[in-house]
Amino acid sequence: MKRENREVMEGSHAVAHAVKNCSPDVIAAYPITPQTHIVEKLSQFVADGELKSEYLKVESEFSAMSACVGASATGTRTFTATSSQGLILMDEVLYNASGLRLPIVMVVANRAVGAPINIWNDHSDSMGVRDSGWIQLYAESNQEVLDMAIQSYKIAENDDVRLPAMVCMDGFILTHTYEPVSIPTKEEVSDFLPEFDPEHKLDPEDPKSFGTVGFPGDFMEFKYQQHEAMQNAKEVIPEVFKEYSEKMGREYNGLIEEYKTEDADVILISLGSVIGTLKDTVDDLRNEGEKVGLIKVRVFRPFPEKQLIDAIEGARAVGVLDKNISLGNKGALYSELLDSLYNSDITPLTINFIAGLGGRDIPESSAKKMYEKTKDVAERGYVEDEIKFVDLKEA
Amino acid sequence: MVNFAGIAEPGSTKNYKTGTWRTYRPVVDFDKCIGCAKCWEYCPEGCIIELEVDGKEVYETDLDYCKGCGICSEECPVGAIEMELEEED
Amino acid sequence: MALEEEEYFESGHRACAGCGLALGARLAMKATGEDAIATCSTGCLEVVSSPYPESSWEIPWIHSLFENSAALGSGIEAGLKAQGNDHTKVVAQGGDGGTVDIGIRSLSGMLERNHDVTYVCYDNEAYMNTGIQRSGSTPYDASTTTSPPGTESYGNENRKKDALEIAAAHGISYVASASIAFPSDLVDKVKKANEINGATYVQIHTPCPTGWGYEGKETIEIARLAVETGLWVLYGKKDGEIQNINKLNDRKPVEEYLKKQKRFKHLFKKEDGSKELEKIQNIADRNAEKFSLDK
Repeated sequence: MKRENREVMEGSHAVAHAVKNCSPDVIAAYPITPQTHIVEKLSQFVADGELKSEYLKVESEFSAMSACVGASATGTRTFTATSSQGLILMDEVLYNASGLRLPIVMVVANRAVGAPINIWNDHSDSMGVRDSGWIQLYAESNQEVLDMAIQSYKIAENDDVRLPAMVCMDGFILTHTYEPVSIPTKEEVSDFLPEFDPEHKLDPEDPKSFGTVGFPGDFMEFKYQQHEAMQNAKEVIPEVFKEYSEKMGREYNGLIEEYKTEDADVILISLGSVIGTLKDTVDDLRNEGEKVGLIKVRVFRPFPEKQLIDAIEGARAVGVLDKNISLGNKGALYSELLDSLYNSDITPLTINFIAGLGGRDIPESSAKKMYEKTKDVAERGYVEDEIKFVDLKEA
Repeated sequence: MVNFAGIAEPGSTKNYKTGTWRTYRPVVDFDKCIGCAKCWEYCPEGCIIELEVDGKEVYETDLDYCKGCGICSEECPVGAIEMELEEED
Repeated sequence: MALEEEEYFESGHRACAGCGLALGARLAMKATGEDAIATCSTGCLEVVSSPYPESSWEIPWIHSLFENSAALGSGIEAGLKAQGNDHTKVVAQGGDGGTVDIGIRSLSGMLERNHDVTYVCYDNEAYMNTGIQRSGSTPYDASTTTSPPGTESYGNENRKKDALEIAAAHGISYVASASIAFPSDLVDKVKKANEINGATYVQIHTPCPTGWGYEGKETIEIARLAVETGLWVLYGKKDGEIQNINKLNDRKPVEEYLKKQKRFKHLFKKEDGSKELEKIQNIADRNAEKFSLDK
């Protein structure tokens, strides 16, 4: 284990430091709460000469992503960050970036989507763009988000992947919270992350055309290639994690992380910073003799179908906590888990908890209620109330 | 399969002969042509070719690409280009 | 030949016969040369020039979306700068809809940040690629599929948006209007724009036989008449100073331009169409006054 030099700083600044050490050539950004501290810090790095990036203070998130597309197409490394409404304003460009196979890295400081307008955390924003062809990673802690930012470049720029990547960190809960973190030095990052030098780029020496019209005779094949790249990412991501773990001395073991699941009758599944609360809850319940485990979904796109099925096997009931809901249906993680289970050999009972929307706190007491409910489902042998809004106020 | 990200080679629409669209064919009278290149300047297809006929610089249409719009004929200052109906194959 | 012989926008593109836009692009690219990168907004130009696996472009070219050609250009310029490339030109292209309507935010941002990008707007005065719907650049009274004349309508009810003035208001050092009927002037203006280190804006009037309702062979004549009637004024604005206005010896009445196009046909048929023709003549007269067009 290498020596860790830890500093206490807020999550936004931690990720900004990590991004700085990845030496992005072009940064294009537009302010939105709770993402702003990231791009403010990067601005300061540029102003102080600590970071040699072209920094575009664009007039909208739409143009932030568009400028990243242009810059990335010239073969440079790019970065942006956004939240909520800003991410939605980018939506059209997100699909374009992935279709053009540009390995842009973006941090999303997760925030609810209005109306009513709300600046606090949930996952409605990033879950709403889960079909855009971006890799999506969800961070539990500030250490994880800064590590993921570095890992994301290596994943996105891999020749077998070549897709943009979104690192999701919970707004305020992570972005504005001070935690001790260890930031890899520029030298350590350079050793891990090679320079970006793509085969295809906008170059007068080799004047190719990008973004051509895909007719019905070819369009499916382009989408197949993107899907294939996502499948490749399922192999590439664990390799990148492994190399990172070896070089930086922090353990990243896979698309999902299992916590005390081995003999668990009841398993809770979620993603993002709430995993911290859920781990504490599991610890307490284990001390009380409950056979409960937890799965953290670190990578949501590509979806870790096989890993989840393997991890769930043996559990009688599974409770999925989603900080988002597809109105009229279910939470995103829950829906996709059900998809995966249908053709598997296992048939656990399942229940979906919708919690923490718009920044509503999820205390350990609520997490315990979720466990009790899931355990109840396991004992009864059927699900009565599949979609449960947690801590909903009485009328 | 298809190329990575739909990337295309430069100038490759030249593989597609738009001349098949044509109804009227421009026919240049080299005797009248004064080599002013107006037809070349105004051609939306960029399919006018410079050539030398009897020691004189003249212009002619590349029928592989000419769609027969007739701009060259309209704009020719000396009326050297006639549009003639293409014969059916 | 006065113009660059090399073609950077090649034959085989799928534009309609007599397309003014295709000629505009062909000429603008002659002014741009080979050491350049071009963007292109969604629209006719993009569709006719990039049917996968083919491309008409001899220089590196990228199409992303409808409304982000300028932002894309900003990013490309930044990417080149980051690589220490100080010679390759960036030309951002868009149609009138992609420029003056849906793309005006990203255009404004690019101009205000003064990127070293030449923005070229090909103005055919409506959304042609989607089937001739009205844009902010459609002239007064023009019939389009969304501004049809009828018992309650003379066609497009708004004046054409003055995107040149909007661009100039950003304080950029060069804006210019051009026309495909004046190729040398067009090429000179795009060249001048390219030579300037900073954002520049050139709007090229590109008549559209399909959308305006005339025969393809008349494209140049129509473009010329727009200039000769004073409805499309050729000028440049360098550092705020209006220069090289194309003065008119004998300004033609607007009817000469309008009557050749189906999109204005209703004005000559409707009972009180003459009142509308007068209004359009007023637009030309105001242009003449503003730019001292008449010799």
